[in-house]
Amino acid sequence: MSLRKPPLREAHAAEGASFTEFGGWDMPVEFDSIKVEHAAVREEAGIFDVSHMGQIEVGGPDAADLIQRLTTNDVTELGRGDSHYSMVVDEEGTILDDTVVYRLPEGRDAEFLFVPNAGHDEQMYDRWTDHRDEWGLDAEVENATEEYAMYAVQGPEATDLVAEAADDDVTDLSKFEGTDAAFAGVDCWTARTGYTGEAGFELVVPVESAEAVWDLFDCQPCGLGARDTLRMEMGFLLSGQDFDADENPRNPYEAGVGWTVKLDTEFVGRDALEGVDAEGADEEFVGIKLVDRGVPRHGYDVTDPDGEVIGEVTSGTMSPTLDEPIALGYVPTEYADAGTKVRVVVRGQSKKAKIANTPFLSE
Amino acid sequence: MSFEVPDDRKYSSEHEWVETTDGTARIGITGFAQDELGDVVFVELPDEGEELSQDEEFGVVESIKAVSDLYSPVNATVTAVNDALADQPELVNDDPFGEGWMLEVELAEDDGLDELLSAEEYREQIE
Repeated sequence: MSLRKPPLREAHAAEGASFTEFGGWDMPVEFDSIKVEHAAVREEAGIFDVSHMGQIEVGGPDAADLIQRLTTNDVTELGRGDSHYSMVVDEEGTILDDTVVYRLPEGRDAEFLFVPNAGHDEQMYDRWTDHRDEWGLDAEVENATEEYAMYAVQGPEATDLVAEAADDDVTDLSKFEGTDAAFAGVDCWTARTGYTGEAGFELVVPVESAEAVWDLFDCQPCGLGARDTLRMEMGFLLSGQDFDADENPRNPYEAGVGWTVKLDTEFVGRDALEGVDAEGADEEFVGIKLVDRGVPRHGYDVTDPDGEVIGEVTSGTMSPTLDEPIALGYVPTEYADAGTKVRVVVRGQSKKAKIANTPFLSE
Repeated sequence: MSFEVPDDRKYSSEHEWVETTDGTARIGITGFAQDELGDVVFVELPDEGEELSQDEEFGVVESIKAVSDLYSPVNATVTAVNDALADQPELVNDDPFGEGWMLEVELAEDDGLDELLSAEEYREQIE
């Protein structure tokens, strides 16, 4: 199967980027070095090509009803231009995807946009259209993934960079707020969102203007490698790794995102999640810091101090900001308090570790 | 992109280098190897006195994105380990043929040096 390519695949290659397969896409993983890119985002600013993220537009009279019934958060809380983080779960309450749901300004064909993870756009499109038909709702659903590039400009200097690049004033947007703003003369959906823990914006750019908009930003280009270390330092979930409907089925309470579940709304999986909420989750998504030397990686066992396997690392790295080995993973609730002593088995060696609060970076 | 490949040493096809002087030798990884790995964050090396066999694993180098085994280019006994790498693993990136060296070894009688690549041959491999 050939890989899907972001519009600027060849331009990134010419810049010296190296690439990796991610969710069926051939994406830049590193432009310079992960450490350099990571530091740029924490200290100045960086731009990521995240065109592998899906773009599903939902419009029509029943658009809000359809979104409400297929995501866990309460979509009626969103005013025009607002957005929130939400989960897509199945009947059992298992997370299928995590997403940001944007409610778009007046005058658009679509009222909502949501952004599935790489390679999930077709599955989510099918889910939306199948349920729409089953429920007899009047809503148009469009998979617009291939029509747009998406960029994330993130870091303490991101606001200034975006303000300079935009033809319109976007500096008064608050967190999770968006607007249509012109860049290089083209309207781009521009929202104060991101996944690095820094201030920043995400731009949804019509594909024909992909290069013109990218070129407006004179800051460090960053790949998926730095995006991964940045989100790990914040304790943010990665689809396909920290949860996966097939290989690592998790509900939102286990995954630490129970706050996105609004049980007073009607949605697929609500009853199952009401049960989990009432009984409490057996396991919790936690931060782990290694005390011994070593680097924790996806799939490594977590044990108690006696060597009994209690869980698994789902994400791990050497934190570029802290210069310490950090991990994310699931442990039984009784081990989930910060400071609890555990072990991580690194290539056969039991390394001392402890449960840590996330985000690993203090605010 | 072309990488520095010093002529004063020999190379394994697994991207280790050996620099010999009178029966002792230094071992490290090449500029090409460190670039492929990216930012090196941890190096696990054997203790002094350990015996190494050619092509067998002797340690691990971890970058932010990957874990890679290190393979001994020669038959030898470890006489010194570059302790600086414990606190500054980035020396492997910054100066792979110099400050980023990994082991000093005493070569065995049957050291296997003849089986290694010349600088010229190694350059061809990574082109």
